[in-house]
Amino acid sequence: MKIILNNREEIIDRDRMTVSELLEYKNFTFKLLVTKINGRLVKKEERDKAQIHDGDHVTVLHLVSGG
Amino acid sequence: MDTACIRRQLASKKVGIAGCGGLGSNCAVALIRCGLGSLVIADFDTVDRSNLNRQYYFQEQIGMKKVDALKSTIAAIEPDCRVEVHDVKLRPDDIVRIFGHCDVIVEAFDHAREKEMIITTVMEKLADKMLITGIGLAGYGRNNELRAERQGNLFICGDQGSEVSADNPALAPRVGIVANMQANQVLEILLNTESDENNPE
Repeated sequence: MKIILNNREEIIDRDRMTVSELLEYKNFTFKLLVTKINGRLVKKEERDKAQIHDGDHVTVLHLVSGG
Repeated sequence: MDTACIRRQLASKKVGIAGCGGLGSNCAVALIRCGLGSLVIADFDTVDRSNLNRQYYFQEQIGMKKVDALKSTIAAIEPDCRVEVHDVKLRPDDIVRIFGHCDVIVEAFDHAREKEMIITTVMEKLADKMLITGIGLAGYGRNNELRAERQGNLFICGDQGSEVSADNPALAPRVGIVANMQANQVLEILLNTESDENNPE
């Protein structure tokens, strides 16, 4: 499938996957993340179930301290 | 748009700033210098000597509440700017109550967990509100890594990677750049000239 991940096109060798699977696939290991599918917030506890499909816009934002 | 026109438009606007540390204090001062009419600022902390390496405070303000110190600094620059202060450690309910009536909200927290809290709160409870967040500003140099990105109603300023730690401290230049990027983004939104590029949502 082809998705838009963080505003960039990404081709993934699967028909669908959950947000948790995407994080593992992309090696996103930050402790604190905000995840969205098509602009809708996917909470931490929903990531194992929330499915990503072809054409979806996915956002994975890493949160780091400093301000 | 000339300066008078910009000031006239900004005079009727209200911006909320969550946190009055390096990002919040510098962002606030930049906005009021441009003629912003109203600010809502919130922080629970007091000014410490160690803050003066990057935050918009002065020696004689050490020990003061940051919200009170910042309000007095703003009054010394732009006495007509209305400043509403909240001496509070912000929780989700406070964010809705305190910033719900602002035109734009600036996230200026220190800790990643607080950044997560305000982003998710605004997305869930104030979904039509634009939030300008500062993420990734530790250290020095690497000018070209500092950038701005839009994800729906969330605007992210910073390099999105460098985390503050003992070996990678927050320093005035990069903190100031990101704070001013946030202020610059607020102006673009309030003056209705934001471009729609980079906005797939």
